[in-house]
Amino acid sequence: MNAMYEKNIDLEATELRLGLPGTSKKEITSRSKKRPLDESTEGSSSNNDDRLECSAPPPSKAQIVGWPPIRSYRKNSLHQKKEEAEAKAGVYVKVSMDGAPYLRKMDLNIYEGYQQLLEALENMFKITIGKYSEREGYKGSEYAPTYEDKDGDWMLVGDVPWEMFIPSCKRLRIMKGSEARGLTCGL
Amino acid sequence: MDPKRARESPESAVLSRPSAFPDEVLERILSLLDTHKDRSSASLVSKAWYHAERWSRARVFIGNCYSVSAEILVRRFPNIRSVTLKGKPRFSDFNLVPQNWGADIHSWLLVFAEHYPSLEELRLKRMTVTDQSLEFLALKFPNFKSLSLLSCDGFSTDGLSAIATHCRNLTELDIQENGIDDISGNWLNCFPDNFTSLEVLNFASLNSEVNFDSLERLVTRCNLLRILKVNKTITLDQLQRLLVRAPWLTELGTGSFIQELTPRQYADLETSFKGCRNLQTLSGLSEATALYLPALYPACANLTFLNLSYAALQSEELARLLAYCAHLRRLWVLDTVEDKGLEAVGQNCPLLEELRVFPSDPFDEEIVHGVTELGFLAVSYGCRKLRYVLYFCRQMTNAAVATIVRNCPDFTHFRLCIMNPGQPDYLTREPMDEAFGAVVKNCPKLQRLAVSGLLTDLTFEYIGTFAKNLETLSVAFAGSSDLGMQCVLEGCPKLRKLEIRDCPFGNKALLSGLEKYESMRSLWMSACKITMNGCRLLARKMPRLNVEVMKDEESNDGQSYKVYVYRSVAGPRRDAPPFVLTL
Repeated sequence: MNAMYEKNIDLEATELRLGLPGTSKKEITSRSKKRPLDESTEGSSSNNDDRLECSAPPPSKAQIVGWPPIRSYRKNSLHQKKEEAEAKAGVYVKVSMDGAPYLRKMDLNIYEGYQQLLEALENMFKITIGKYSEREGYKGSEYAPTYEDKDGDWMLVGDVPWEMFIPSCKRLRIMKGSEARGLTCGL
Repeated sequence: MDPKRARESPESAVLSRPSAFPDEVLERILSLLDTHKDRSSASLVSKAWYHAERWSRARVFIGNCYSVSAEILVRRFPNIRSVTLKGKPRFSDFNLVPQNWGADIHSWLLVFAEHYPSLEELRLKRMTVTDQSLEFLALKFPNFKSLSLLSCDGFSTDGLSAIATHCRNLTELDIQENGIDDISGNWLNCFPDNFTSLEVLNFASLNSEVNFDSLERLVTRCNLLRILKVNKTITLDQLQRLLVRAPWLTELGTGSFIQELTPRQYADLETSFKGCRNLQTLSGLSEATALYLPALYPACANLTFLNLSYAALQSEELARLLAYCAHLRRLWVLDTVEDKGLEAVGQNCPLLEELRVFPSDPFDEEIVHGVTELGFLAVSYGCRKLRYVLYFCRQMTNAAVATIVRNCPDFTHFRLCIMNPGQPDYLTREPMDEAFGAVVKNCPKLQRLAVSGLLTDLTFEYIGTFAKNLETLSVAFAGSSDLGMQCVLEGCPKLRKLEIRDCPFGNKALLSGLEKYESMRSLWMSACKITMNGCRLLARKMPRLNVEVMKDEESNDGQSYKVYVYRSVAGPRRDAPPFVLTL
């Protein structure tokens, strides 16, 4: 579907007018095929302007009560299914630590927040990671947990909210020493 | 109230008009009449027939629980064994009716306890049923056999415990898609050890885990069991054990179809399915994947109804399964099967009469999957006997629908839901008027129609002109003016149920159907252009109709109302909550 069409759909959805723009029986029965990209519909030009000019954001489908018409039981079970699928899927990322010979892999989904994740990392590599502060990064140890995000940038773990972190984290790397400090200061 | 059998005295036989048969014979003959329609017709023939019919009627169907009162019912029909009741307006399924609206079964049960102590069957749809009512039912009706609850609310699994505990003669427990409190699966343990009469057990839509040992023992000792639909807490190898106990099932609802099976377990499963030679209906299969579906294949030879609407199958998986289902008459799927899956339907199921395609992700606007007009077309080319369709899609064209109904002119039920409200033909950008025009022109047997997409009054002109057998019409986000609704009210002689939401129909349209509403079961209108005055006028002019108005909470202007109009011999209802105004 092209973007223009999408836009048109949305605009139409906002209009609660009594009738279609300039539509009349005569105009509708005219069988002329419209080009798919043509923004004008059957007939009157004036209301086409209305349509194009309407800039109110369309009500998203989720806001319309009882639409599409699906029974609550089915709706809930679909929702449940989705959640289960997402939970089961697991978010596996590779974890490396500077100086450690082997890569590890962990499922980020099993943790509920940064606290648990950091504890797990500490256990996994038998290290201590300092305390996180927004301004100064990880203080109190020579290790700083970092991650590569979707855009390829290396970020400090904890900089973004947990919910944002999970989908954007591609891999983890526990930096050590001066590099860690450098990253910390730079942020 | 008629004294029982008083009319049989010789004097009354002499005094009453001579009939061709003695009453008893007439009653015997009329008792063979099955359908409600036939019985209604018979009761209108003469007074003798009216009485013979009412004495011999054992099953009653009430499409709107407020159209008649329990008192009137028991007065007319003294010997009822089976009652089917429908309560709330259908749009309550979609949250358009507030909680505590009514349709509570309890007051009916109180009357039944007094007049139908031998009641055997109760089938309820969209009624409110409390645990207290279920317990009352279980205790007061010693012959009670069959309970079916569909889309009801108000009870919990505790109520089911009462039924299991006390209904010694229970043959059917059918719990479907209700909004209930699923506290635990303990209810299943309540069937006594000497209880063996169960024939139908459907708890597929309950989520709590049940005790498998209890279930296995129940299935083992109830050797009349023919319909078993378990919930998704039942694993594959548990299912296998149940199948071994009950290979003569005609309807099976599996639990979750996913599990790590050893090759031995898989082989056992396959063998068990092979042993199910009588299977006609199969459902459940949530989480089913390509891995274990093949175990099912041997059981599919006689399948007539396959319900995959809770199994997110891909097109390939469906295609492979359907190759074994040549006798399929009814198929329900999720749109995860996509158009390709529907092509497989067209290729494999020439006897198909009913297709329902449900959306797997109805609220996600980013989705570009699902089914399109192409899938529907493919089915129509392969399944010429199609007569019932429910189709959720995101795009449709007038041309496709026109072709579809040319291929399949026998449609009795055509329910098309283009999920984006007011969406036009995506290729021509025209309204979808011609699509539904084609439906009503080509399908003379059409009884039920649900329209969607961008629609002008023309659609309704077509409906009024051609849909002469139409009984149920559902309309949402459609129409241009009052004329649309007027066309339908004036043109469809058999119209019984009309439900409308979010349409530009106002008082003029509402009032154009004055005489019509008495021949209909009900009218629902919400988020339209109706005003309180219009409703008052309707109520004033038609005193035998109940005109109920609710304020529309979702509307922005506070002027919008939900109107429910229905005929009733019971007068205005006495249990209306404060937010329902009866005019």
